[in-house]
Amino acid sequence: MSWEIVIGLEIHVQLATQSKLFSGARVGFGAQANTQTTLVDLGMPGALPVFNEAALRMAVAFGTAIDAEVCKHSVFARKNYFYPDSPKGYQTSQMDHPIVGLGHLDIQLEDGTTKRIGVTRAHLEEDAGKSLHEDYDGMTGIDLNRSSTPLLEIVSEPDLRTAKEAVAYMRKMHAIVTTIGISDGNMAEGSMRCDANVSIRQKGQQKLGTRAELKNINSFKFIERAINIEVQRQIDILEDGGLIHQETRLYDADKNETRPMRSKEEANDYRYFPCPDLLPIEIDEAYIDAIRQSLPELPDQRSARFVSQLNLSPYDAGVLSASRGLADYFESVVAVCNDPKLSANWVTGELAKYMNQNNLEIDAIPLSALQLGQLISRIQDDTISGKGAKTVFDELWNNAGEVDAIIDAKGLKQVSDQGAIEALVDDVIAQSSKQVQQYIDAEADKRGKMLGFFMGQVMQASKGSANPGQVNALLKQKLDALC
Amino acid sequence: MTYKTLVKISKDLAAGDYSSRELTQDVIADIKARDSIYNSFISVSEDLALRQADAADARISAGTADILTGVPFAHKDLFCTQDHTTTAASKMLEHFVPPYESTVGQRLLSAGAVCVGKTNMDEFAMGSSNESSYFGVVKNPWDLMAVPGGSSGGSAAAVAAGLVPAATGTDTGGSIRQPASFCNLTGIKPTYGRVSRFGIIAYASSLDQAGPMCQTAEDAALMLNAMAGFDEQDSTSVQLDTPDFTADLNLPLQGLKVGLPKEFFGPGLNPQVAECVMTAVKQIESLGAQIIDISLPNLELSIPAYYVIAPSEASSNLSRFDGVRYGFRCDQPQDLMDLYCRTRAEGFGTEVKRRIMVGTYALSEGYYDAYYVKAQRIRRLIKNDFARALAQVDVIMGPVAPTPAFDLGSNTKDPVAMYLEDIYTLSANMAGIPAMSAPAGFVGGRPVGLHIMGNYFNEAKLLNIAHQYQQITDWHLQTPATNPAKGA
Repeated sequence: MSWEIVIGLEIHVQLATQSKLFSGARVGFGAQANTQTTLVDLGMPGALPVFNEAALRMAVAFGTAIDAEVCKHSVFARKNYFYPDSPKGYQTSQMDHPIVGLGHLDIQLEDGTTKRIGVTRAHLEEDAGKSLHEDYDGMTGIDLNRSSTPLLEIVSEPDLRTAKEAVAYMRKMHAIVTTIGISDGNMAEGSMRCDANVSIRQKGQQKLGTRAELKNINSFKFIERAINIEVQRQIDILEDGGLIHQETRLYDADKNETRPMRSKEEANDYRYFPCPDLLPIEIDEAYIDAIRQSLPELPDQRSARFVSQLNLSPYDAGVLSASRGLADYFESVVAVCNDPKLSANWVTGELAKYMNQNNLEIDAIPLSALQLGQLISRIQDDTISGKGAKTVFDELWNNAGEVDAIIDAKGLKQVSDQGAIEALVDDVIAQSSKQVQQYIDAEADKRGKMLGFFMGQVMQASKGSANPGQVNALLKQKLDALC
Repeated sequence: MTYKTLVKISKDLAAGDYSSRELTQDVIADIKARDSIYNSFISVSEDLALRQADAADARISAGTADILTGVPFAHKDLFCTQDHTTTAASKMLEHFVPPYESTVGQRLLSAGAVCVGKTNMDEFAMGSSNESSYFGVVKNPWDLMAVPGGSSGGSAAAVAAGLVPAATGTDTGGSIRQPASFCNLTGIKPTYGRVSRFGIIAYASSLDQAGPMCQTAEDAALMLNAMAGFDEQDSTSVQLDTPDFTADLNLPLQGLKVGLPKEFFGPGLNPQVAECVMTAVKQIESLGAQIIDISLPNLELSIPAYYVIAPSEASSNLSRFDGVRYGFRCDQPQDLMDLYCRTRAEGFGTEVKRRIMVGTYALSEGYYDAYYVKAQRIRRLIKNDFARALAQVDVIMGPVAPTPAFDLGSNTKDPVAMYLEDIYTLSANMAGIPAMSAPAGFVGGRPVGLHIMGNYFNEAKLLNIAHQYQQITDWHLQTPATNPAKGA
């Protein structure tokens, strides 16, 4: 049976405000439990929320960045539920009137095409505290430092069709929120996490299948894995004639499985209603425009500039601008070596390969843009071959060091002395009479391919240090002269 | 000090007739001696009060005293008082000591007023008779068989009994005005947003408003001067200059347009209460006011709408009382659900649970539109009614409650009958307009109040009318027969 996967993401972005969404308490990761709290965050009787306007500006910046409708009238609502880390017994969020309405985001697919993903809405809400189940001897500890930390929840349309698309969408969101500076985007610390609504249906069907909601996924790698695992689980059930239950599931990265948290029957009725302690947010066009004008260059704009200014292919430009860190790195490399095309090849090629293999993000790699730029310069000025450069790259990645010193130490400098190379070429031709004869006997258009043998011989004789371009030219010239 | 007004006490303190410490000691001794009759106090804060009194005396001698410096008052036990228990008259908060002061409390302290204790009330301010308190019923000093009204019944009884010259109250649907009416006091519910709600335990956030309960309009104006003002900690408080509410007290009432809504005088109103109110209105007419018949057609809808909106907000506001961080926690909870269920089952009283259930139901999926949304629409209609009426007249007058204070226990079996008590008061909260009660006579020895409502932020006009009325009447000077006469 042929299945179509339908995915929608709800991304939670922690906004990089100094203080909380509804109190003056500091926002920060890793402080001692319950030290970053005020009466408001603790849910004390009579304490009242006061809205932090910095969060509003960030939400509006996001709305303008994805070309969404920014709502001039938005309303905070209470989402009522009991949980020990929810100190007021409700979460202050937005329901009927979110700050950001319909928008969209273009993602780059692997085949080089672009796909537009709808963004349903984005709304402001406060985070809950944390329940700590370890170290309390059968009891639960409550840390309310995170309570009332500002979040922007970005809800997509169910437009994503593969786990890879979901990752691309999440990466693009990451690029946008970090580019416009509304979040540090630190996924390990929970600054960006997502819930994935996953369902499957038979290809060609219109009606959506029953979905499962995968909660709290906090890395790009886990999104892909969690969705794929969940899709397989649903396929297995349906192909065995079973039914999917609408439920909330948790992805367990250690076991690489999803398992149910709560089903719809147990789901809370959140009893949303407008929060009477907070006035509706009213903003005007001038307020929105001022924020729109102050936006930095966005990923799509940067990508377009890479194409127009640096002559990159649209695909490379898309890949390189998909993360602010990667784009910054790439531009730094170009600034050193002044060769955009070669820089793009190296960043999307060797560097991306090493990052994938080592599961590292751009801000954590051991190789500076200056080093990579210098390395590429050495290719440009014919000091080393591309192959030699890969050896240097590996050394820089694994053991650090300085580009020229590594080239020297490993003897990778190319021989570009015409006389020396000519001697090697002459030697090889002299010692390979059989192959030379075959070359002469071959039809003219087949000879190119036969050059490979001689190339290999010469390079071997030079222990890889001969400039391959020069070798190739000389061989062709001399062999053709024999024909 | 019994039955001395704030104005008189302030003058005495300034003249050095007695110190704030002496006065405070007297007041506390009097409460200890006599309050067993009324049960108007939940707690007395003797040590804190004496410290505040000493600081006040120092200010008086230094010549930096404010008009309220050294003057004793009591807080409704809904106002959080730093380092002193704040119970909301609930078992849930029986031992709760806030580490913070309400904004209103802080303002009164800054003015130098001395808080002698916390008064009884309906649990979490839910009630119209003070019979839902975990700390027992309060008796009306005018008739010990009668309720003092609610929810600010303890504040009303304490002032009516002459224990304190003034007290704070809160009014969500009449909780200042109705007990003021039942206890022969002058009480004002300011415009919503005039007084900060910060540090006052919330019942229904969009309706709650704090105000003073005093013996005279002049005292009420002085108290309101101290209590009102923008507070950046309360997003619904209004960023508006606070006028001197005493400034207009002596303005003549010549040309004042008074609206009498026919809906306030329909069936259900006790005829003797109607007579008291109409006599008062006639007297105000004699001061130069013009009486105009008006209509507030949606008035009767205020009861069902209020009893959807207030419980809905309450159901959410009271969720924080879960036994996790502070307040009552049940013994030996088996698990989280048991902790929640038993803490709340054991910690809340019947009326509070009833309103939480009503509110939870009204907000639940499938009922929200039919109840909460519709109630908000009615609220809009009521607001519009007032807007239309107040475009035509300066103030609106009528009764505060359909009857004088009823007997203790007479309405407790029938919650709906109790809710109907609020028919005349709820609408001012729904619209957010200021409204007050001033003493206007007696029926069967039980006091009757005149209800005066005005336009947004026009408290000064209401106080002006009440003050002028008090210049030509002496209802407000009457004291219960069982107590020493005023001025003694």
